[in-house]
Amino acid sequence: MNLTNEDVQEILQLLDATSFNELHLETDRFKLALRRDGAGEWTQTLQVVAQPSLLASAESPALSPAQVQPARGEATADTQLVEVRASLPGTFYRAPQPGAPPFVEIGAAVEATTVVCIIETMKLMNSIRAETRGSIAEICLADAQFAAKGAVLMRIRPEPG
Amino acid sequence: MLRRILIANRGEIAARIMRTCSRLGIETVLAASEADLDSVPARLADRVICIGLAASAASYLNVDAVMAAAHRCGAQAIHPGYGFLSENSRLARACAEQGIIFIGPDAEQLAAVGNKLSAREHALAAGVPVVPGGAVQTISEARSLAQSIGYPVLIKAVGGGGGRGMKPVQEAAVLDAMLQLAAAEAHAAFADERLYLERWIGGGRHVEVQILGDGNGVIHFGTRDCSIQRRFQKLVEEAPAPNLSDALRTDLHAAAVAFARHLHYRGLGTIEFLVDDRENYHFLEMNARIQVEHPVTEAICGVDLVAEQIAVAEGRPLRLRQQDIVFSGHAVECRINAEDWTRDFRPCPGILQQVEFPAGEGIRVDTHVQSGTQVPPYYDSLLAKLIVHGGDRPDALRRLNTALSRCHIRGVECNLGLHSALLETDDFHQGGVHTGWLPAFLERRLAGSLHG
Repeated sequence: MNLTNEDVQEILQLLDATSFNELHLETDRFKLALRRDGAGEWTQTLQVVAQPSLLASAESPALSPAQVQPARGEATADTQLVEVRASLPGTFYRAPQPGAPPFVEIGAAVEATTVVCIIETMKLMNSIRAETRGSIAEICLADAQFAAKGAVLMRIRPEPG
Repeated sequence: MLRRILIANRGEIAARIMRTCSRLGIETVLAASEADLDSVPARLADRVICIGLAASAASYLNVDAVMAAAHRCGAQAIHPGYGFLSENSRLARACAEQGIIFIGPDAEQLAAVGNKLSAREHALAAGVPVVPGGAVQTISEARSLAQSIGYPVLIKAVGGGGGRGMKPVQEAAVLDAMLQLAAAEAHAAFADERLYLERWIGGGRHVEVQILGDGNGVIHFGTRDCSIQRRFQKLVEEAPAPNLSDALRTDLHAAAVAFARHLHYRGLGTIEFLVDDRENYHFLEMNARIQVEHPVTEAICGVDLVAEQIAVAEGRPLRLRQQDIVFSGHAVECRINAEDWTRDFRPCPGILQQVEFPAGEGIRVDTHVQSGTQVPPYYDSLLAKLIVHGGDRPDALRRLNTALSRCHIRGVECNLGLHSALLETDDFHQGGVHTGWLPAFLERRLAGSLHG
């Protein structure tokens, strides 16, 4: 049995008639804590502790490790290269929209302000800039791959200037 | 009578639908992506079935995976919630063909309102005013139409929705470039680059009417105002829409019912209108699903809209007559999102350390998070909706003020501070701000913080 807003209202009506300022209720499905502040107003903390009851699906989708493991980018021996990292976790896109040419290819010359890829986080598209003048030396992720926060997306060979 | 429903959605709306189902004695099976197998809705559901990988395209947007899940668990119906497949005519058709009830309108009705241009034509046929404009197939057609309706104009995508493919054009000189941009965006978002033009109406309010139809009759549940929005994302909604004349309110109700009746609409739906400062109103579009902001209507009508939606989907006639819908008081909803509103609304996925909400009379919180919940980066940023109901608007706003101060969310950034800041403004207290108000408010604050 799950707890509803109406249930909480009913409990509060009972509590309002008492001098208790706190109530803890625990079942095998949820834990509820109700607290009354100095002004007589209530707050609630609800924790659903019931475990999900997973039904095995007929054909479970095939998962390749690359799809499950967010890419973190690989180490490189070349210490001259400057990394472009994901400031937020999200999906890495090389092009502004499906079917469009990629922002950059290996070898492309970039300015600090050049947009090199997009990270989609929570349905928002965030343009990622090179932040370094130089040329693209490495593209570390495949298009539409998931990038963890701080993942290395690309490496740039900086050019003085 | 339904015994088991598959919920093909996630987040707060999945939990919301389960509450009604559990009250009605209907079993729920949640169709969840891999990222949501341990979510609060997964814990609340009677059963959970995995429909694919975290990315929406591989799970929540996959019609075949949803249909397979429904058959696998023996569900008699699918509730699609909002977003994802909720207005997808392919899912509605697959359900009809495979003997499963789609809790929504039929495939033809979804197609009729999903195509924004055809929705416009239905509005005209139903005698509902639309914004002057029309379809454009070539640049020269667009030039002459824009000339005849007058600048500024708004380019819109026939595939429609979420502001994508939508471009305001101030003058003829930039029309060509904007049309190309809009077509590219529309193609990317909807795989449909058809466009239409409408006159740009500045200073307008977004007012909508909730309706319910059973295929024969249509009733309405009054107005909502959703003008506090940014980049076409609503932030605060209220019911009824404040500061409208009685005559206009009556007209809006009648127009919404006329539109739905013209379609012989069966299901829950919302007709959106643009209301200008001289109280002219224009049809914008219809949303053929339950909406995020439905709780404000439930609060003032005392009706469970999901229960009524399920009843008409089962093929039952309307259980309420128009005179049964009695409005009481005023309700406001704040969308609490995981985004840093002080840093250009940067999204903030992560783990919630503490989640505490207000409780008490006139307060409702619809949420899918609790302490320890991981907010995944794949989906939208909505954490919870705080809904307050008061005897009148000032009473609701007073209640909202103390309720907001009792919301405590730690672990990820959220927009609670923005809601408190909005509540401090005279304009919001006055009521009836237009859709440009929130962006202007944010700009003023930004300018203020830079100079101060």
